[in-house]
Amino acid sequence: MTRTYPDEPAEAFPQPPQTITDREDRSIDVIPADDADTESLVEMYLDFDPADRAQGIPPVKEEAIREWLETILDGDCVNVVAKHDDTVAGHATLVPDNEDEHELAIFVLQAYQGAGIGTALVETLLGYGQAEGIDHVWLTVERWNDPAISLYEKVGFEISSAESFEIEMAIRL
Amino acid sequence: MKILLGVGGSELSYQALTETLERVSETGDELTVALFENEDTDADVETVHQRIQERIDESGLEPPLRRVEGSSPGSELVNIAESEGFDRIVLGGGGRSPLGKIQLGPIVEFVLLNAQTPVTLIR
Repeated sequence: MTRTYPDEPAEAFPQPPQTITDREDRSIDVIPADDADTESLVEMYLDFDPADRAQGIPPVKEEAIREWLETILDGDCVNVVAKHDDTVAGHATLVPDNEDEHELAIFVLQAYQGAGIGTALVETLLGYGQAEGIDHVWLTVERWNDPAISLYEKVGFEISSAESFEIEMAIRL
Repeated sequence: MKILLGVGGSELSYQALTETLERVSETGDELTVALFENEDTDADVETVHQRIQERIDESGLEPPLRRVEGSSPGSELVNIAESEGFDRIVLGGGGRSPLGKIQLGPIVEFVLLNAQTPVTLIR
């Protein structure tokens, strides 16, 4: 394992299902993605503003979105979605790498950003990960993306490498 | 045009080699292939050298193949391009993380940020 992780494991995170009221007074359910319709995730990514893409994901074209979702909704990955009524407003995923560590990413639809849904998604995803026995999680984030970096720090991620274009952060569960 | 193609032994770097050889055989550009040691790949330098030479032989072209010495291949590639009047540096890179995010290795990143010549990244 070459990545640097915090010495201490993080606290216990909430497990799905969770229901929160976001800062816009919307009731949001955070649930495992297995229970959600893949089609509504495809819908979400078709609505996703290309300007909010990071490092080439999510893909833009429907076929590429489907192919990408197939990979990250695979059985050994962990996925949660944030639902507002029937609309998927956000999605968070843990995908294993070759070293038994997991890469994390979250996506929140533009109309639902800045309302606390990202934090609920990450915390619930990490709780789900803890329940699945996952103990090392990392991510990369663009250096200019201050809101995302503060969210990850608040949850307990620490910067493990800041030498390249992207900042790498890690958490021990 | 004088082209300096850096190959470090990653799959993407071989792909860039194949594509560049094809392109050069159409354009007639003056190509030099520079082999460097990439710590992120497992293959030893002799194996990489041999594989590059095989691909070059298959192409029917005869570009010079040279080795980039030193512990900082990115910096060396930039120096060679500048001091020997190359018009362009070409590199393969931009692999994907488990989640599908595009990632640039440290050598590619160094060249992109520091080269005074145009850089083409084949991914």
